[in-house]
Amino acid sequence: MAEKILMKGNEAIAYGAIDCGADGYFGYPITPQSEVMETLMIKKPWETTGMVVLQAESEVASINMVYGGAGAGKRVMTSSSSPGFSLMQEGMSYLAGAELPCLIVDVMRGGPGLGTIQPSQGDYFQSCKGGGHGDYKNIVLAPASPQDMYDFVGEAFDLAFKYRNPAMIVSDGVIGQMMEKIELKEEKRPRFTDEEIQKNFSSWATIGKTKDRDYNIITSLALQPEVMENFNIKLQKKYKTIEENEVRFSTYKADNAEYLLIGFGCMYRIGQAVVDIARENGIKLGLLRPITLYPFPTKAIQKFVPQLKNIMTIELNAGQMVEDVRLAVNGKIPVSFYGRQGGMIPSPEEIYEAFLKTIK
Amino acid sequence: MEINDIIKPENKVYGKTPLLTDNILHYCPGCSHGTVHKILAEVIDEMGIQEQTIGVSPVGCSVFAYNYISVDWTEAAHGRAPAVATALTRLMPEKYIFTYQGDGDLCSIGAAEIMHACNRGENIVVIFINNAIYGMTGGQMAPTTLLGQVTATTPYGRDAKLNGFPMKMTELIAQLPGTCFVTRETVKDAPSAKKLKKAIRHGFENCGKHKGTSFIEVVSTCNSGWKMSPVKAYDWLEKNMLPEYKLGVLKDE
Repeated sequence: MAEKILMKGNEAIAYGAIDCGADGYFGYPITPQSEVMETLMIKKPWETTGMVVLQAESEVASINMVYGGAGAGKRVMTSSSSPGFSLMQEGMSYLAGAELPCLIVDVMRGGPGLGTIQPSQGDYFQSCKGGGHGDYKNIVLAPASPQDMYDFVGEAFDLAFKYRNPAMIVSDGVIGQMMEKIELKEEKRPRFTDEEIQKNFSSWATIGKTKDRDYNIITSLALQPEVMENFNIKLQKKYKTIEENEVRFSTYKADNAEYLLIGFGCMYRIGQAVVDIARENGIKLGLLRPITLYPFPTKAIQKFVPQLKNIMTIELNAGQMVEDVRLAVNGKIPVSFYGRQGGMIPSPEEIYEAFLKTIK
Repeated sequence: MEINDIIKPENKVYGKTPLLTDNILHYCPGCSHGTVHKILAEVIDEMGIQEQTIGVSPVGCSVFAYNYISVDWTEAAHGRAPAVATALTRLMPEKYIFTYQGDGDLCSIGAAEIMHACNRGENIVVIFINNAIYGMTGGQMAPTTLLGQVTATTPYGRDAKLNGFPMKMTELIAQLPGTCFVTRETVKDAPSAKKLKKAIRHGFENCGKHKGTSFIEVVSTCNSGWKMSPVKAYDWLEKNMLPEYKLGVLKDE
C-alpha cells in the first residue's frame, strides 16, 4: 500500500520534488507558497537524496541559480507567487533562450502590484504567453489538487528535459493552501547520477570539458541577426511539436453537453459543483479542464463546438484564458466569461446564476 | 638565415597556453581584458584543472570571454554571475567555479548577488575587472568612475552631488566573513601582471581546498572608453586610479 499523508498543496510540491529526484531547489519566501521551502528545510533532503536546498537573496537570484544548475544538466527548480514570479521574468526569458530544462512553480495571488495574498489566476497571460522579452513559451501544467501538485513535479521535469524547455506548475492560493490526502509514490525516483548526466547531456551541459568534446557554452546571445532568426525559427518548431504532442485536458459530464464550462485549477473544482446543480435542474451542462495551459487544448474545445450552444470560461481574473477559448472557437458559438478578482472566490451558486443569464 | 631556420622547437622561448583559443579577440588593442584572460588561462592550464573548471561570464565587453578560454562556460544575465556560480558550486562541489565580471555588472546591477554570494562564502573565485567605465555600451559612468571623470553620462565630469562617489567594492567585500582571500591587483606592467597571476592561482587553490570565496579585483584600463592611447591609458591609471583604488591584499585567511 502506498503511504497516504494529509498535507497542503505547497507541502506536496516539496514531497514531489524529493521523490522525483530533484537535484536542487532555490527560492525566496513569499505568501502563499512559503511552505514549499519550509517543508524542504524540515525534510533535509541533502542528507538523504543529496538534493540541494538554498534560500536565495531574492527571486532574481533564485531564477539565476536555476539557470546555473539547469545548465549543468541538473533537475533544478524554484517556486514563488505572483510578485516574485514577475521578478523572475528576465531569467525565464534567458532559460528559454538557452533552452534549459527546469521547473518554476507559481502559486498565484491577486494583483496587480503587491496586490493581495489571497488566491488568483491572474498570471495566466504571464505564464502562457511568454512573460519576459522575446518570443518564447513555457510548458504550463495547472494542478487542481494537492495530489496534482505532488505528481506534476516529476511530470513537469520530464517534459522540461524532453524538450529542453522551462516547465511550470501554475497553481493558485487555493490549491497551495488546501489540505488533502496525498498518495506518495511507492518507488521514489533517484537523482541523475554523474554518469547519466555525462552520457545524456554532455553535448551541451557545463559539467567540465572532457577530451572527447569541445567546450560547452550555455548562452542565449547571438549578435548576428541571421543566426538569431534561425534560432527563433528552431524554437518555434519546438513549440509546434509540443503543441502537437503534449496537450492534456480532462472533462466532467461533458459527453452529451449542450453547454460547456471551461476552468482550470481551483475553478475546475468549483465548476464540478456548478455542473451538478445544472444537471439537477435538467440542463445539459458539462465542464472541460485544461491540464496543460500551454499547450492549450484548442483542438479538444473545437471538437465540442458542434454539439454546444455556448461556452463560459470561469476564472479568478478579469478574463485571460477566455481569449484562447475564443481563438479556438473562432466565432462559431458565443463564448462568455465569469470571474472574480482580487482574491475573491465565487460560490457554485453564484457561477450557476451567471451561467443562467448567458443562456437566456 | 631564413625564417624557417628560426622557427624550431629548440628556439622557442614563449608559447601561448593551449587553453587560449585561436579566436580573434574582439577587445580593443590595449584593453586589459586580453592580459587577464591570458593569465587566467595559464593558471587553469598550469594547475591541470581544465576538465574541472566552469566559468561564468557577465554582460559587458567580457560577455564573450567564453570565446577565448577553453573551459565550459555559462553566460549569465547582467549582474547575476554570482547566483549562477552559486548553483554550480552547490550542485558540483568538486568543480572549480569562477565568475569574471566588470564594474557595472558586479558593483551596480549585480551588487546584491555578489554581496550575498560572498557572505554565504560560496566556494568560487571572483575576478572583478574595474576600469571605471561601461565599455561595451559606449563609455557611460560606472559605480567606480572617479570624481571628475568624464564619461558619456557624466559629460561634465562625475559630480558627487549628482552621481555619488566611486564605489570601493573590494573594501566592502573584505568585511564579509564568507570570503577567504580579497585582493586588489592590476595589470599595468609585467611585475603587476605576475602578481596578479599569483593571486588568481591562490584563488583557485583556495577553491580546491573549499575555503570559501576568493575575490580578486583587477584595476584595468579601457583606453577606448577613456578616449586615450593604450600607453596614455596606463599612465592615467597609475596617476588617477591607483590613488583611489589602492593595490594590495586586504584579506588572506
